Amino acid sequence: MNDMLRLIEPVIPALRRYARALVRNRATADDLVQDCLERAVSHWGQRREGDPRPWLFTILHNLALSQFRRSARRGKHIAIDEASEDDFKQDAVQEQKLMYQDVLDKLARLPDDQRAVLLLVAVEDLSYADAARVLDIPIGTVMSRLSRAREKLQQEIEGTVDGAPKNVVQLRRMK
Amino acid sequence: MTNRPITEDDLHAYVDGALEPERESEVAAHLQDHPDVARRVSAFSVQRDLLRKALAPIADEPLPPQLNLSEMIETRRRRPSPIWWTVAALLMLSIGGLGGWVMRGNLQGSPGGLAALAQEAAYSYSVYAPDRVRPVEMRASDSAQLVQWVSNRLKQPVTLPDLTGSGYRLMGGRLIATSHGPAAMFMYDDDRGSRLVVLTRPMISEQNAPMAPHSGGDVSGFAWADGGMGYSLVGQAAAESLRPIANEMRRQARSI
Repeated sequence: MNDMLRLIEPVIPALRRYARALVRNRATADDLVQDCLERAVSHWGQRREGDPRPWLFTILHNLALSQFRRSARRGKHIAIDEASEDDFKQDAVQEQKLMYQDVLDKLARLPDDQRAVLLLVAVEDLSYADAARVLDIPIGTVMSRLSRAREKLQQEIEGTVDGAPKNVVQLRRMK
Repeated sequence: MTNRPITEDDLHAYVDGALEPERESEVAAHLQDHPDVARRVSAFSVQRDLLRKALAPIADEPLPPQLNLSEMIETRRRRPSPIWWTVAALLMLSIGGLGGWVMRGNLQGSPGGLAALAQEAAYSYSVYAPDRVRPVEMRASDSAQLVQWVSNRLKQPVTLPDLTGSGYRLMGGRLIATSHGPAAMFMYDDDRGSRLVVLTRPMISEQNAPMAPHSGGDVSGFAWADGGMGYSLVGQAAAESLRPIANEMRRQARSI
């Protein structure tokens, strides 16, 4: 029982971050994390030995997938512009805030599967093998999605995509 | 140098710091000779850094109360909330004088185990069974609400034992405080007015324990635990006459 607390608790902030970056809605994300933790607690005996992070991310990711499916069925879109001022540190300078907001907006425009790979690998520091386990795909697919995600995000950042978002202009105007 | 060609995968692994040191220096050397590739890789690194910084504040937020893991684990263990320890400690202080409880067999067990449950049942019997005015808080006519109420408070589905086969009718029940959290008490009587008390609550320890007799003062009974729930049946009848009733109760609870 103490093991459970000791091993799971430090991962909660990362789980919240991943969930929020996936669904872009604080309440929905925290509900997913809560579900994830409850499942982890009740299925603790079924995890593999070792680092519980991939296991926890797998549970969370699968819950997020069903969440996506549910909202798709209801034809309801999850608000993607949830990220509010208080999602950022108070002391962050305005320009930095805008820059961060901008990259998150662009991240949100990636296809879900590419965004998931990029987040797990580049933000959550999962190994390629662990990311493959979490997403239940071959490691080669992880690599190709990662590559496509980075290329696409880069195009967005450089504003070379058609219908380039106004944020780019806005950001440049700031400078 | 292995002279293996540098792949697209290598470039990403370079950005993610996932390469072996030797391969990493090979990629670094390749980048020096190929400024175009180096620009791309550097852009990916900037991107990675930006994403991490943009998302970092989320991980720094204080956790909302709904994500209190200790609480989830506690609930899972069906442990009562700390307030019950206070309530129960006060109760125990006030009725400490009752004392004199003896468990037969090897029931001098762990805190919160069967021995404690048996004692709680006996206390409940001695406080409520002699009450001629209001022995129960909710009467048998409201048994559905009674079950709902105690199930909510115990955070466990509680089933109402049916002892009519043994000649005992349900009178009603109430929630009682124990030093191990809330417990459900049900009271039964027969045609001659003799009463039985059934106490049930989630077990912290001894979550599965075989049925054992207990006695103390002028009551006796049986206690056991099944799948995390503890049960104790007490009455003034001879212990052995209670055994078939206890067996029947256990059978009913298991068959749900």
